[in-house]
Amino acid sequence: MSLLQLENLSVTFGNFRAVDNISYKVEEGEVLGIVGESGSGKSVSSLAIMGLIDFPGNVTADKLTFEGQDLQTMPEKQRRKLTGSDIAMIFQDPMTSLNPCFTVGYQIIEALKTHQGGSKKELKTRAIELLTQVGIPAPESRLDNYPHQLSGGMSQRVMIAMAIACNPRLLVADEPTTALDVTIQAQIIDLLIELQREKQMGLVLITHDLALVAEVAHRVIVMYAGQIVESGPASEVFRSPKHPYTQALLASLPESAAGKARLEALPGVVPGQYDRPQGCLLSPRCPYATDHCRQVEPDNQGPIERQVKCHTPLNSEGRPAA
Amino acid sequence: MSTSKPIDSELILKATKLKQHYHVKQGMFKAEAVVKAVDGVSFNLEKGKTLAVVGESGCGKSTLGRMLTMIETPTEGELSYLGQDLLSLSKSAQKKLRQKIQIIFQNPYGSLNPRKKIGSILEEPLVINTSLSKAERKAKAIVMMEKVGLKAEHYDRYPHMFSGGQRQRIAIARGLMLDPNVIVADEPVSALDVSVQAQVLNLMMDLQEEFGLSYVFISHDLSVVEHIADDVMVMYLGKVVEQGSCEQLFNNPKHPYTLALLSSTPQLSPEKRRKRIKLEGELPSPLNPPSGCAFHGRCSYANDRCRSETPLLRTEDDSHLIACHAVEENRIEAFAEGVA
Repeated sequence: MSLLQLENLSVTFGNFRAVDNISYKVEEGEVLGIVGESGSGKSVSSLAIMGLIDFPGNVTADKLTFEGQDLQTMPEKQRRKLTGSDIAMIFQDPMTSLNPCFTVGYQIIEALKTHQGGSKKELKTRAIELLTQVGIPAPESRLDNYPHQLSGGMSQRVMIAMAIACNPRLLVADEPTTALDVTIQAQIIDLLIELQREKQMGLVLITHDLALVAEVAHRVIVMYAGQIVESGPASEVFRSPKHPYTQALLASLPESAAGKARLEALPGVVPGQYDRPQGCLLSPRCPYATDHCRQVEPDNQGPIERQVKCHTPLNSEGRPAA
Repeated sequence: MSTSKPIDSELILKATKLKQHYHVKQGMFKAEAVVKAVDGVSFNLEKGKTLAVVGESGCGKSTLGRMLTMIETPTEGELSYLGQDLLSLSKSAQKKLRQKIQIIFQNPYGSLNPRKKIGSILEEPLVINTSLSKAERKAKAIVMMEKVGLKAEHYDRYPHMFSGGQRQRIAIARGLMLDPNVIVADEPVSALDVSVQAQVLNLMMDLQEEFGLSYVFISHDLSVVEHIADDVMVMYLGKVVEQGSCEQLFNNPKHPYTLALLSSTPQLSPEKRRKRIKLEGELPSPLNPPSGCAFHGRCSYANDRCRSETPLLRTEDDSHLIACHAVEENRIEAFAEGVA
């Protein structure tokens, strides 16, 4: 049984489809990387899993289960028990996702109290234990600090401590290191992976940093304009991408253009609410697009573990199959 | 405005021991503290070249950019543009030279006035600095818009109608309106998506070729820097720790901090991945910098000398400068081989 299973999850805001029929699974002890540019729906889809999409947003799915339990039909109360304890989330910007009015200790204990309870003393001991676990020096004194007294890296460690407070089975990390410096990013990612291995959690790592995903993820999903365009084992997807978008993303990285004067940029931008093209959503930007692509939306092709949403998936030489 | 053809290795901008110290009040009875945001930075920038300034947030790279564009006056040091000392000039002469050194800011969502149309954003530098007529200004703005890949019909639009990449193009066009020779680009692509980032970097390289621009490229993204820079300067807590050509720095990095930065940057291809050098802790507070080498608290090679004596920048081999006792004493050599 998969830890988390989505089938045809869509999120709409009025007429706009932010997430368009995506399906994926997360297994226990697996790191799943979700990559995509801004506006590709990667954050919105994770918010939908957490049940954090409010009106006017609308979440629909054929299947949305966590350890076999249907998240859609379960009573609100039960779902709230799950989210925050068994499914936890780390948000992008640690500086704004901590409440500036309360001490760090209060905020960690709040999460513990809601889900596990216990005496004041026990809660405090547990909070100190958590801060030690995420590598914060002198945790006893840090409990009384307010978020503004912490640096970005420290705040993110506190966010991680809060997320792992109730020993979650699934951790969703939405751009956990985007706001941080590279050396701190390395520290935080190492910490996350270490915790993930130790506790055999499922980790969904959402990021726009392809290289980061290539280093740590087992499987990867590439999203474009609300759809999953390619999925598969990380090493394979990055070695021989099958979707033109993945190929273009990889080619536009400066490190792919070593020795060349120019970077291979994909022309144009991600389509927004009002300029969604007909047919394949990438067709206006795709170098291989045909008339067929411009008219008919492609289906997902290939076996479930290595899918690509393209009429003419690329072969191992990086050219479209005829 | 010199119209003569420039010689290839023309020295455009020369900074010598630039310093920017801020005085910070810490309360009524406490002595004022001094923050050494930039502490003795020197470099030469040649025509058509790109100097990249790399470092973590708080290392003083943006402050350096602000000094070069004369937004802030350095506390100490010399800055000369084509042989003229920029700091001792009269106000009016300074204003003239300021036109030649322009800046592009990091966040294109914050650096364009939302209440002005693109046309007037682009023409504002001309209104202030030149006596061109309205029609001439518009013509110039439209030419520049085409150069950066915008359409003429965008002239009457407001910034909110553009995407991030397009806004950064507008900011670049504005920087180029006065035919500058030097562009200080302060993290110009870090707010952009990868595919758009590549477009903007290409544009910047095309413009560099066309106008013979020199860039001071401030960034924290080492893979971008490796691609675009000719010379690289790594800063840590206001000081330059390593400086050299792009090849020297990326193929033969010496300073432990540079090594750590490079190893922390995620790499796509497994062959290029370096063994991660774990840096403990974070950038120390500039209000209370460590004694000796500022990096010693996070450096695994630190010894007593590092803790007490500040290392000076010295030449390693031709233009490769390093400020590190461990490198000088050859304490790192064995380790560097282990990494590769």
